Amino acid sequence: MDSVTCEKKIRSRQREYTPAVRVVTYALLGVWALIVLFPFYWMILTSLKSYSAYNGEYIPKLYTLSPTLQNYADAFTAVPLGRYLLNTLFFTVLTTVIMLAVIVLAAYAFARLEFRGKNAVFVLFLSMMMIPNELVVITNFITITDLDLRNSFTGLILPSVTSVFYLYLLKENFEQIPDNLYYAAKVDGTSDLKYLLRVMIPIAKPTLVTVTILKVIECWNSYVWPRLITDDERYFLVSNGIQEIRENGFGRENIPAMMAAVVVISVPLIVLFLLFRDKVMEGVSRGGTKG
Amino acid sequence: MKVVLEDLTKKFPVRDRKGRGDVTAVDRLRFEIPDGYLIGLLGPSGCGKSTVLNLISGLLQPTEGRIFFGEEDVTLLPPEKRGIGLVFQNYALYPHLTVKQNILFPLENLKGKDKLTKAEMLQKAEETAKLVQIDGLLDRKPAELSGGQQQRVAIARALVKMPKVLLLDEPLSNLDARLRIQTREEIRRIQRETKVTTVFVTHDQEEAMSISDLIVVMKEGVVQQIGRPQEVYDSPNNLFVAKFLGTPPINVFEGRVRGHRLYIGDDAVLDADSVPDGEVYVGVRPEGFLMRETGALSCRMDRVQVMGRDISVVSANDAALNTAVRAIIGTESEVTKTAASAPEGSEIRFDLIPRKVFLFDRRTEKRIFLEEGGQ
Amino acid sequence: MRHKGFGGSLKGWLYLLPALLFLGVFMVYPLIDVFVYSFEEGYNSASQTYFGVGTYNYAYVLRDPYFLQAVKNTFLLVVVTVPLSTGIALLISVGLHSIKPLRNFLQTVYFLPYVTNTLAVGMVFMILFKKTAYSDGLINLLVTRLGGNSVDFIDGPYWAKMFVLCFYTIWVVMPFKILILTSALASVDPVYYRAAQVDGTSKLRTFMRITLPMIAPMIFYLVITGFIGAFKAYSDVVALFGTNLNAAGMNTIVGYVYDMLYGDSGGYPSYASAAAIILFAIVFTITCINLLVSGRRLRR
Repeated sequence: MDSVTCEKKIRSRQREYTPAVRVVTYALLGVWALIVLFPFYWMILTSLKSYSAYNGEYIPKLYTLSPTLQNYADAFTAVPLGRYLLNTLFFTVLTTVIMLAVIVLAAYAFARLEFRGKNAVFVLFLSMMMIPNELVVITNFITITDLDLRNSFTGLILPSVTSVFYLYLLKENFEQIPDNLYYAAKVDGTSDLKYLLRVMIPIAKPTLVTVTILKVIECWNSYVWPRLITDDERYFLVSNGIQEIRENGFGRENIPAMMAAVVVISVPLIVLFLLFRDKVMEGVSRGGTKG
Repeated sequence: MKVVLEDLTKKFPVRDRKGRGDVTAVDRLRFEIPDGYLIGLLGPSGCGKSTVLNLISGLLQPTEGRIFFGEEDVTLLPPEKRGIGLVFQNYALYPHLTVKQNILFPLENLKGKDKLTKAEMLQKAEETAKLVQIDGLLDRKPAELSGGQQQRVAIARALVKMPKVLLLDEPLSNLDARLRIQTREEIRRIQRETKVTTVFVTHDQEEAMSISDLIVVMKEGVVQQIGRPQEVYDSPNNLFVAKFLGTPPINVFEGRVRGHRLYIGDDAVLDADSVPDGEVYVGVRPEGFLMRETGALSCRMDRVQVMGRDISVVSANDAALNTAVRAIIGTESEVTKTAASAPEGSEIRFDLIPRKVFLFDRRTEKRIFLEEGGQ
Repeated sequence: MRHKGFGGSLKGWLYLLPALLFLGVFMVYPLIDVFVYSFEEGYNSASQTYFGVGTYNYAYVLRDPYFLQAVKNTFLLVVVTVPLSTGIALLISVGLHSIKPLRNFLQTVYFLPYVTNTLAVGMVFMILFKKTAYSDGLINLLVTRLGGNSVDFIDGPYWAKMFVLCFYTIWVVMPFKILILTSALASVDPVYYRAAQVDGTSKLRTFMRITLPMIAPMIFYLVITGFIGAFKAYSDVVALFGTNLNAAGMNTIVGYVYDMLYGDSGGYPSYASAAAIILFAIVFTITCINLLVSGRRLRR
């Protein structure tokens, strides 16, 4: 018996639980799966019920026999949901791209270049990881207001384009790239910038993808800053949009239409997650808490 | 391209508990590498040999001294302007690029009049790949290659832009023993074909001896000896060089000279006519022993190791600095039988071959030359 | 080999410039400024003038009933959700670790709340728990089926609102905890389990004496990040109860800060700053205590 099958045997031995334990385990896991999935089911279900059917159900039904897409049409016509989505897309892409540029340059400086004061600045950067957003948001609000940048994409984006944590992740990754690659490139007359673009960025691609995904999730879900900085509907992101819809949209409480909007807002990130499941989970376990 | 190093010195600043200071990694290095030579820079780790290489490459700036390529002073030139090729111990291939892209990389940096068209670049890359015999692997990634193949790619990348000087930093130490011998022959062949002046850094004396035109032995930043490998082996300048070259290593005894005779312990082993009385170290190459019943040097038999063509007789002597005195003796010799049959602990006797015996001053460890028979 | 840059110091600073600029303007300066604001009494954001310097802002905030309510809500939320979510996550992770079929699928499912918009899904929770004139809502249907009395979880009594809030908060924070704990469990070398098995150790004892100590650092990490996160609760509260949290009696400290800054009750950056600094002091203290306790436990 070779060692691999031996290993397997040992493992399978280990997994021998009594049937009762197995049942309890699956029951527990099943219940939690239900709790997680049910809100998603309910939002899709409700979004497919017609307004009158929904309001007619004093006892809510767990299924519908006459699904309608009318609510989705309403969501895009009665409230500017399309605009919210486009705004969010624009905000997310721009913020992420600028942030990547900023942190790639800074991480390169920290990981690869030698200059006076480097260590001191790096310690300063690290200490900024401990500063909660709540402390700085007040002044930022006033700064942006004073600069007359409320209700503008500039005002939305500017405070979010640096992340010390992602910078740190990237710097660690850059530092793992052997020095000799740099010396080899130097001997061949490669400029620092070309070395960064042609060698370091391709090698650090997995980390860059992780950072990008985390930042996209963060941007797509951001609520507090956009709420502070925008009160003009034309600049609302989806989070603010949904809140606006809830408080002022659709005339009377049109729950099915609201749920249609919720579905539309939730789908992009869920699709992104299902496409890059392992990347997302790896990235989050390396350094994300929600929010 | 001839390379001249003039009084090259490199100091590194160190900061520790004792405060600031300098460590001299390379101390007033001075030698000339003739055009087309392969030179082996040899020494134990930490002797400054890699620093010398980095100074020649321009990755480091010397504290003092100058470097010339031919007649041109390149001391202040950045690495990319020097026209050098550099090969690293761990190859430093770009992991995300294919072999072909790796080899093309240096060519893409050429600017101005040196700029090549795409077709010229490809042609050059393919020629170089053929030279190092990796032309079948051009589309692979470095991770898909064996260590030896990666090393060839690294050499190809260094050679593709026709460097004036090729620098190899411990290029074989990541390879296994068999591949190491094969690859060093390969490096020798490539060097012969391209006739590029080459500096080869290694801590392995056998490696350096086997392929170099000249070897430079370094210790603590100072050159100990420069010469053709056989010259240096046959006539080391000092105890360090004598000990560093040769496998099995040289046997060293504490000895003294009294009345023009050289003594090891109480045994008068050789004439030493020109040497004044005093304490010395005596170095004897393993092949410098002749086993004779009437031999001058008395040792206690330990064991015999048969190594195919030769046998090595391991014995002990109180004056020896090595725990074991190792003598290599041809198997054709009649004494072999006697030697092999000598019981452990019994006395055996050797005569010494004078040209395999070196005397060193006990204090300075410098060579004291025996003047014997015209040598 | 230490290497001196080819181009000197300037190049390094140049690469760093954008990051320095952004961090300086939006991190360092605000951090200093928030302290300044918190001590400027009677600051007027329109005229940018203030009367004097002192601790009045802190005194005001600490006496403000809305703030005290927010502190109470926040502490309750923290005390309930952090241990509960960590405990449930541990249970689920152990379960997940012990099965093979469906494991990948369940891991994917459990992670879904992480990638959903807190505000959007909060609305779903709201309609599930809300009692309106037209319908009791699905949860109340369950409650009455089980023999209880229906209650409005969104506009009703305090305990009901608190229950929904805790429930939703746990729902939101679980993916991260499950992910961290499952990877911690997976990283325990099976050699230890084999050794324990050879010694005839029971499953429970193996878990308590081997697994738990080995993943303890990760659990403490989750507890600490959990505390910090729960103290900053805000958007999930808004999702459930709307933006007028003071009226609902469900405000949190962060919510109080934002309400002081902006909106119908806003325009008082000094009070907001004082409240934010109090929040930071609380979080900082609790994190330190956590670190001390966990440090001592881990060393033992």
